[in-house]
Amino acid sequence: MQILSLQGVSQEFGGLRALDGVDLAVKEHSIFGIIGPNGAGKTTLFNLVTGIYRPTEGQVLFRERRINGVPPFKVTRMGIGRTFQNIRLFSRLSVLDNVKVAADWSQAAGIVSTLFGLPKYRREENTSTQRAEELITMMGLYDKRMEYADSLAYGEQRRLEVARALASNPTLLLLDEPAAGMNSTEKAELMDLIWRIRDEMHISILLVEHDMHLVMNICERIAVLDYGRKIAEGTAEEIKNDQRVIQSYLGVEQ
Amino acid sequence: MKVLDQIISQYIDPYYMRIIVLVGINIILALGLNITTGVTGQLSMGHAGFMSLGAYTSAILSMRMGAPFWLALLVGALVAAAFGFLIGLPTLRLEGDYLAIVTIGFAEIIRVFFLNFQPGGKAVGLSGVPQNTTFSLVLILVVLVIYFNYRLLKSRLGKAFYAVRENEIAAEACGINATRLKVLSFVMGAFLGGLGGGLYAHYMYYITPQNFDFARSIEILNMVVLGGMGSIPGVMLGAGILTVAPELLRVVADYRMLFYGALLVVLMIFRPNGLLGDIRVYDLKKRLGRNEVKPCKS
Amino acid sequence: MFLQQLINGITLGSTYALIALGYTMVYGIVQLINFAHGEIYMFGAFTGLFLVSIPGVNIGIAILGAMAVCMVLGVLVEKVAYRPLRGKSSRLSPLISALGASIFLSALMVLIAGVNTRPYPNVIPVSFYHIGPVQLSSSQLVILLVSSLLMVGLQLLVQKTRIGKAMRACSQDLDAAALMGINVNRVISYTFAIGSALAAAGGVMVGIYYNAVWPYMGTMAGLKAFSAAVLGGIGSIPGAMLGGITLGVLEIMGVAYISSSFKDAIAFGILILVLIIRPQGILGQKISKKV
Repeated sequence: MQILSLQGVSQEFGGLRALDGVDLAVKEHSIFGIIGPNGAGKTTLFNLVTGIYRPTEGQVLFRERRINGVPPFKVTRMGIGRTFQNIRLFSRLSVLDNVKVAADWSQAAGIVSTLFGLPKYRREENTSTQRAEELITMMGLYDKRMEYADSLAYGEQRRLEVARALASNPTLLLLDEPAAGMNSTEKAELMDLIWRIRDEMHISILLVEHDMHLVMNICERIAVLDYGRKIAEGTAEEIKNDQRVIQSYLGVEQ
Repeated sequence: MKVLDQIISQYIDPYYMRIIVLVGINIILALGLNITTGVTGQLSMGHAGFMSLGAYTSAILSMRMGAPFWLALLVGALVAAAFGFLIGLPTLRLEGDYLAIVTIGFAEIIRVFFLNFQPGGKAVGLSGVPQNTTFSLVLILVVLVIYFNYRLLKSRLGKAFYAVRENEIAAEACGINATRLKVLSFVMGAFLGGLGGGLYAHYMYYITPQNFDFARSIEILNMVVLGGMGSIPGVMLGAGILTVAPELLRVVADYRMLFYGALLVVLMIFRPNGLLGDIRVYDLKKRLGRNEVKPCKS
Repeated sequence: MFLQQLINGITLGSTYALIALGYTMVYGIVQLINFAHGEIYMFGAFTGLFLVSIPGVNIGIAILGAMAVCMVLGVLVEKVAYRPLRGKSSRLSPLISALGASIFLSALMVLIAGVNTRPYPNVIPVSFYHIGPVQLSSSQLVILLVSSLLMVGLQLLVQKTRIGKAMRACSQDLDAAALMGINVNRVISYTFAIGSALAAAGGVMVGIYYNAVWPYMGTMAGLKAFSAAVLGGIGSIPGAMLGGITLGVLEIMGVAYISSSFKDAIAFGILILVLIIRPQGILGQKISKKV
């Protein structure tokens, strides 16, 4: 099944066409990469999928359901999680709380139960704490779980963002430049993590990246955007050798 | 309860009693605004509007319909909360700047309404409100309100409120319905505002629309901003300082608004989170507890 | 009768427009609601009052003097209360600081001039002009003439001069303008100065028209003018002019045909309606969030 598909999607801002007739399909349980020069429309695409923008033209289908214009919080609840290019953590909440907050929407206990600390609320809290701790451990952040998010190192903050995105129980995970600012060790760990997410958690992944080594290594399919248009799509091999892509983005090997 | 009042009134001069009761009422008002503005980050500059709704509603219920005090208070708070919902729902979708202006406008509309409201005595106001607010009642209510606020802020709802303030877009990405939470924080703040208003009316015996003007909204906002946005002890401190200071410094009453205005500007530049807003309980625990290697903080 | 009210409304609306322009220009460039703007208007009115009580000073000098004083005041407020907070991520602090500045200024005037309403001496010889069924008083004429002059002047400034171009560039994209070599700080100061000057002129004329000034006149007028700016489309200069006049007309009509006791509530009602139905106002454009 195609977990996500964009059909003829265009996004206009005033006079600017940030995306122009983009067609894209992500197969379930796969890792799909989007590359392209800055300003090509990659983050716009993410924002469009997650409901921050409503496409000017075209359709966005998640699990074959049209999600054009669905508000962001609903998109998340439907099963799409995302991380942000500029880290958007809740700096004065603890690491644990950052993750829990994303798991909470699915809890049912109402206001009264919450305010009075009734058993239903307490039970749900235990469950969500457990789940959050699992994710935090997976990211290697367990020791720091009670620290405030803004006291973490950069790489740790990035991992926390991923943990948080996973906490909302997505079936599709959008990663916006997850490797930015990482050294090669961290990048290798990131690749392992992404594979684990796909294989152990059965989550499909759509990622935007500039690090070619990472993209070519882990993405099953890659689409290339330039000036809002998709100029190529294929496997890593195909993309590496595509003339248009080389001209506009990759450059010729020196 | 009455016994407590009798004992207290023997030891404490009525003048100081009055200040203490007013501090208590202001704490309730400020904690309400704290939920909306301090924790959820929605700047509400019309809190006095909710206060007046609670005050007039409860006063009229007490005086004209002979309602028992607790019922009058409750209905007053509920009416204020209902208005919080009515105002909040359409406008909380908008940018924070606009919300601020709309809240001022709303409070003004309420004030103009009561100025023309015959059963409320119009500009002359209401006189003869039964003085049912006692020291012990205020004490009990303050403790309750503080307790519930504390539970709220510790709960996942409180953390979600905070997330909306910190980074609304990220909060939405976490599945949080930010608009719903903003409206909810507004309604909760309005409820406490109405409660405070009801207590106020039944303490002061006499209320007019002038008691609930823009200056009053600013006064309460100042308590939250000064004490620490989102911090319960901070807000209590702010309420305490800003209720007591004008009384003690009657001499400089003329300079009061001048001082408030300058205070707001200075606070925003140097300490935007107020006196206690930056203090994190976890930090204190660490410093007082075992010696650990502290993580690098910027 | 209707025409008369219309003229009255346009007159009142022109004063709102002058104040609204300041709000809209500042919001367009730094995305800040300058709460203190209403107090600048009030300072203008008082400065005019002070000037006209000096023998030999006519209305022209009073207006110019008030404009000069308020230009300085506006720039000062920006430097002290807003500039230190620019660029901080919290949207709340600049708003609260603006609020603080506004409170400070009105309290300052209370200390200077007392709380009570002060009358304006009759600077303009009172006379009436009849154009068809409509009667215009001399002060109304002055308001209409001067505000038209100022608004036309502003349009020329913004469209035809270099500084105007810089202002337009900054209101579209502050960072890009800085990268193009524009001294953004100076442009922002100019924007505040011009907006304050216009409001000051409005203040003087309102003082003359209603024959009264008091330290809190800025709060109400400021909020109404802000509603006008939003109505016309915040960030749009023609929008502020349109919004101001429209609001003035609606308010006068409301008083004439509905009731006078809810006069002040009309502006807020309109504000809330606009924000619910069409937040970008009549001439404004939808702004998308940058994520």
